Amino acid sequence: MSPDVKAMTTELIRDAGSLVFLQLGEALRMEGQIEAAKKVARTGMERHPELPEAHDLYARILVSGKEPDRASQIWHELLQSNPRHVGAHKGLGFLSYSHGNLDVSRDHLELALAADPTNQSVIQALRAVRNAAEAVTEEYPSPAQPVPAELPATPSTATGETTSLFAAFGSGDHGILLVDVQGRTLAGGLKTPGGADGSSETAAHLAGVSQEMERTARMLKIGEWRWLVVEATDGNVHLTQPAEDTLLFIVRDRDVPAGRLGLLAESAGAKARAWLDGQRA
Amino acid sequence: MTARLQRALGGVTRVRGVRGALIVAREDGLVVADALMEDIRGNAVAALAASLTRRIGEAARASGVGTPQFLHLEATGGALLAAAAGDEMLVVAVTEVGVNVGLVRLEMFRAAEAVQ
Repeated sequence: MSPDVKAMTTELIRDAGSLVFLQLGEALRMEGQIEAAKKVARTGMERHPELPEAHDLYARILVSGKEPDRASQIWHELLQSNPRHVGAHKGLGFLSYSHGNLDVSRDHLELALAADPTNQSVIQALRAVRNAAEAVTEEYPSPAQPVPAELPATPSTATGETTSLFAAFGSGDHGILLVDVQGRTLAGGLKTPGGADGSSETAAHLAGVSQEMERTARMLKIGEWRWLVVEATDGNVHLTQPAEDTLLFIVRDRDVPAGRLGLLAESAGAKARAWLDGQRA
Repeated sequence: MTARLQRALGGVTRVRGVRGALIVAREDGLVVADALMEDIRGNAVAALAASLTRRIGEAARASGVGTPQFLHLEATGGALLAAAAGDEMLVVAVTEVGVNVGLVRLEMFRAAEAVQ
């Protein structure tokens, strides 16, 4: 037994409700102690049935234990309650890949990437699947199903009418960003204090955030989330959902009080809703 | 240490409308200390608060506003608040609707000082 596993086991004995079981189960899986890992994960699932990571861990252990069908079932169940769970999409992507179902694998990995655009293991897995799909396509050309060479790019800045959508709100397009739930810019833009365009990177990080807030509010039983304010070292942020499947991200200096930021968000939200209605009409 | 943390959390939970407060390890969402009403599951609150703080922190840093110090998620039936306590910890509170957020925030930063 490695020192880490021993320490985590001690911690779990001391506090049976500790979330350290997630790390312990994974460590045991990596060491090939599948039965012990299963036991840890099952106990964790019993104690934390609402914790998606517990089910994800158990499914990973099952794959390592050569029970892919049961793992697939668990990941599918997980996606029913949590459609953007990165681990479940990644796991199903892996299983599909191992069965040669490259299209299904790619679909799952792209959904995982949309939920967590910075996840390096997903990026690498997706690259591998795309390369494999490309090899198959070269061998058996199928013009009806072209394989994308690159990840879909998020526009670095919005263009045309979208650039002036929030022009009336103080710092104009340099502090208000409207994005969709997949992390793509819809309107507005962000400039960092150094003058760089922060729109694309911020938008990418916002993918899946509204679902996370929704889940957090639901699990804490505090109703439906309305807005989120962040006070940071160099500025304040207000995040709200002006319409379904969109997020409005407003950045202002620290000297703009939270209350005023809220009022600004209301006005900008109304403007965004009207613009979205026009786009969808 | 534990008594000091409990005292620090006591300042937060004494504010009317606060249902519970915790000190949470920022990286893995583990509970370091808590003072909660019975209907609140500390482990879940800790994991969710740490995860949300990480996600929002990434977007905040990308937008150039630096590192989040205080987060306020307002919902129709209450709020989740999280204050940075150094680089490693968070002070987290779950509140009812209409709580004096300014006062809770103040007590949370006092608790954060006690943690560091």
